[in-house]
Amino acid sequence: MILLGYTALQIKEKILSKEILVSHLVEQQLKHIEHVEPGVNAYITLNAIESLENAAAVDKRIANGQRVGLLAGIPVAVKDNICTKNIKTTCASKILHNFIPPYDAFVVKRLKEEDAIIVGKTNLDEFAMGSSTENSAYKITRNPWNLECVPGGSSGGSAAAVAADLSFMSLGSDTGGSVRQPAALCSVVGVKPTYGRVSRYGLIAFGSSLDQIGTFTKDVKDAALLLQVIAGYDSHDSTSAPIAVPEYSYGIDAGVNGLRIGIPHEYFAEGLHPEVREAVKNALKIYERLGAKIIELSLPHTEYAVAVYYIIANAEASSNLARYDGVKYGYRANESGGIIDMYSRTRSEGFGNEVKRRIMLGNYALSSGYYDAYYLKASKVRNLIKIDFDSAFEKVDCIVCPTSPVPAFKIGDKANNPLEMYLSDIYTIPANLAGIPGVSIPCGFSTSGLPIGMQVLVKHFEEKKMLQIAYAFERETDFHVKKPPLKCG
Amino acid sequence: MKIDVKDIEYVANLSRIELSSQEKGLFIHQISDILSYIEKLNKLNTDGVKPMAYPLAATNVLRADELKPSISRENALINAPSTKGVFFKVPKVIE
Repeated sequence: MILLGYTALQIKEKILSKEILVSHLVEQQLKHIEHVEPGVNAYITLNAIESLENAAAVDKRIANGQRVGLLAGIPVAVKDNICTKNIKTTCASKILHNFIPPYDAFVVKRLKEEDAIIVGKTNLDEFAMGSSTENSAYKITRNPWNLECVPGGSSGGSAAAVAADLSFMSLGSDTGGSVRQPAALCSVVGVKPTYGRVSRYGLIAFGSSLDQIGTFTKDVKDAALLLQVIAGYDSHDSTSAPIAVPEYSYGIDAGVNGLRIGIPHEYFAEGLHPEVREAVKNALKIYERLGAKIIELSLPHTEYAVAVYYIIANAEASSNLARYDGVKYGYRANESGGIIDMYSRTRSEGFGNEVKRRIMLGNYALSSGYYDAYYLKASKVRNLIKIDFDSAFEKVDCIVCPTSPVPAFKIGDKANNPLEMYLSDIYTIPANLAGIPGVSIPCGFSTSGLPIGMQVLVKHFEEKKMLQIAYAFERETDFHVKKPPLKCG
Repeated sequence: MKIDVKDIEYVANLSRIELSSQEKGLFIHQISDILSYIEKLNKLNTDGVKPMAYPLAATNVLRADELKPSISRENALINAPSTKGVFFKVPKVIE
């Protein structure tokens, strides 16, 4: 299983130099999945047969000296709220238990164009609503670093898959932190791109002004490679930015000499676990040693971010999830009570509690008499939060802060307290509200061996700089190389 | 912000979700907590602040009005729980 521990770039080199066959690699990958999955449960659906067929096809092209794609032969996992043609896509919900998309999401099309091997669809919180993956209607995914703990959410399956070498890379989605937070809890690199950088076509919508597809990888260079593949304008997504994609990998080792790093004091206040604080402060010392300048600043509206998010995200969700009515696809309940009753039964039987809660909150916030007080108000405060970042980026090149206030918590700990669960996203939500990109990178471990992640946030469309800043730290440390103490079988 | 059974029933109806009385009890409690938390936004003066509808500066994105193929009918119906010919079949809509 040594092969499976390599990074995507490392394994790609071995594939292109014909040192290993893709078929052999994918066989090993599937075998490892079989051994580890009973403990971790990262996947909802495996794509074994097609993976082996695609692997053989890539091997043939390489043997014939033909050109192959940027991700040739690399096993990649895809979060199960991203449409994959002919492969069941459930959003971890009963209401889509049998939904088989007749089309590929833009990002899936791109993976295929670059010859990635899509090994399976990963578990998530139902409809991407959650921070622990405990809201899945199908299974609980466990953190590979401690199987009693959550992997984070909502992209817990994708994070756990990369952490446990069940795939080399994976795709997730981030609406309030759902890529960055599980990346931090699982000790992998998680990128949320700028809003509009990656097409949302084929991403099953939750909060349309917040959603972005993001990447999970073992290190920063792999993140640059995967982002290169999925970023770019797509005419199918009217929110897709017609802005050129830079070469992310080129010059990634630029370093941070002279860089101004902002640390917002609101992100280092109460509620932050002391070991997380210490890990991030140590990381900042490393950045200083590398020539960066640390500048303290304030993002004054931070304390309102969670409240703003839970109005806007839920309002948008109540609208986006109105389509699940049993008519055109998915689960349909008993029809004997007539059409309206069918809608209600279908949705009541098909949706889990967290989804119902958020739909109702959203409808409440948008309902007549409350729209101004809630949704309009939240939209104004959202603007203030964005302006905080705009002002900050006039003084600094990036912001460095913790990703999650705490390391991975035990399964079941926050399940009965939705508000407490929402507060897990306190440091990740602001980036979604402002639309700016962010990356979480491993920066330490707690005394009980649980991963700690640190965020780098930059201005819109500055992913190239963000990756350089992340790489500068990664290069000086070995947190990203450590593997979870998993027993197979 | 405390909500009562009438509020929960109203909002559940808007959401086309039916709740058991046990669920109503649970959700009243949890949603009230969340709404109380959200009240903190009222502390903030937002006079003169423009609402942010959208993270990027953009206007309506249009394309030329040219006929282009779309998803095939077969594929459009492929996941339907119930069909009749070219239609999605549902219980009677109009009495």
